[in-house]
Amino acid sequence: MTNAPQPVEPPKFNSVAEFFAQALAIEVEAAERYTLLADQMEVHNNKEIAAIFRKMASIEGEHRDEIARRAGNALVAGRSATFSWTGPDGPEATDFDQLHYLMTPRQALRLARFNEERAVKYFEAVAEAATDPAIAAFAGEMAEDERNHVVWVDEWLAKFASDDPNWDHDPDPPVHSE
Amino acid sequence: MNMIPSAEKAFKPADYKSSVKPVWCPGCGDHSVLLAFQRAMAELALPPEQVAVVSGIGCSSRIPAYTNCYGFHGVHGRALALASGLKVARPDLTVVVASGDGDGFSIGGNHFLHACRRNIDLTYVVMDNRIYGMTKGQPSPTTEPDWDTAIAPGGTGLSPFHPLVIALASGANFIARGFSGDIGGCAKLIVEAVRTPGFSFVQILSPCVTFREDQQKGWKSLVHAAIVPETDDPARAARRLMTDDGFNVGVLYRGKRQPYQPKPLADFAPSHLETEFAI
Repeated sequence: MTNAPQPVEPPKFNSVAEFFAQALAIEVEAAERYTLLADQMEVHNNKEIAAIFRKMASIEGEHRDEIARRAGNALVAGRSATFSWTGPDGPEATDFDQLHYLMTPRQALRLARFNEERAVKYFEAVAEAATDPAIAAFAGEMAEDERNHVVWVDEWLAKFASDDPNWDHDPDPPVHSE
Repeated sequence: MNMIPSAEKAFKPADYKSSVKPVWCPGCGDHSVLLAFQRAMAELALPPEQVAVVSGIGCSSRIPAYTNCYGFHGVHGRALALASGLKVARPDLTVVVASGDGDGFSIGGNHFLHACRRNIDLTYVVMDNRIYGMTKGQPSPTTEPDWDTAIAPGGTGLSPFHPLVIALASGANFIARGFSGDIGGCAKLIVEAVRTPGFSFVQILSPCVTFREDQQKGWKSLVHAAIVPETDDPARAARRLMTDDGFNVGVLYRGKRQPYQPKPLADFAPSHLETEFAI
């Protein structure tokens, strides 16, 4: 469903507080996006996939809370940093167009794995580019967290057999006009 | 997500999300447009109760129920008529109108022309998937003439409606095109549309994954940023839009027309309307 994650160009951070804020925003977005995906699957009665996305939302939510705890009261220019949401999606946000109402657990988990891998590459790139040792250290920790998530998703994936080649066969398809 | 922290915002995108779960097909571009709308409102820091979302009929027109703003899910093709009345009566509200290519350009085609002409301060977002999705896949005004299906054997053979050219010719003050696969980009266009006074038209290419998946999945690789900067010259904009490949995204025209807004009647009260009705 997706190609291998491409290297990500990291932004430049002026302070550790900015980087904390961004890392937090990435996890907030990821948790919210998985919740939206779970909602979509619930509405279309694919409960197994809804449960997978709900679980992913919970994991990203825990990661979000952990970052918030570690960031403490990180401030930018004396105020809590937040983001303008008019730029590109963060590395852990699934594209809506990757979903299918009959998608399988393996497909859903491959999407999750793609996101985690993309996040690893992103935080590795931040760590490599950082001139502030504190940013490099925190970005390195984030990359390690995301690597652990990849391993965890791989273990989850191994529990599911290969997909039926006719996974998207619908005996009562919505298409009436063809 | 813009990765550069900015000043603290009063609202988050989630503040504009209702508790109603969208019924759109998983993979539908409209999910992204909804999120783009929420992000745009957060960026504009507009309190939800100061925003009204008005729609007609169709998949895209379900959007008011999914937001936490005031909403009006109107009748087919009449979203702009409703929104025009609302904005004239309540100029203090930010009014965003949502529609699809069938609702907006066919059933509501005449309202589209005259909304552009009147130039009331509205933002009109049309989610264009070149099909009537809700009613099972009939060709719409923007469908390609050779799209061959059982419901239109051999294709309609009709030239597609060109909404951006028509918007320009009819007097719209802001014209832009976005792609639903770029949520942040669409949010930015909606922000610009709301900030620009007058009638702002934003066409968002929003693939239908159920009836046109084979043709529209590839839009992601076809869309490209407009290579020419926006213009305020209608003649230049016309040339540009007429030669456009349909996949240019960005702000394509921003005019300088003053929006239409009649002065409120000094002694008017809603109860006066009752005198107009006789039973």
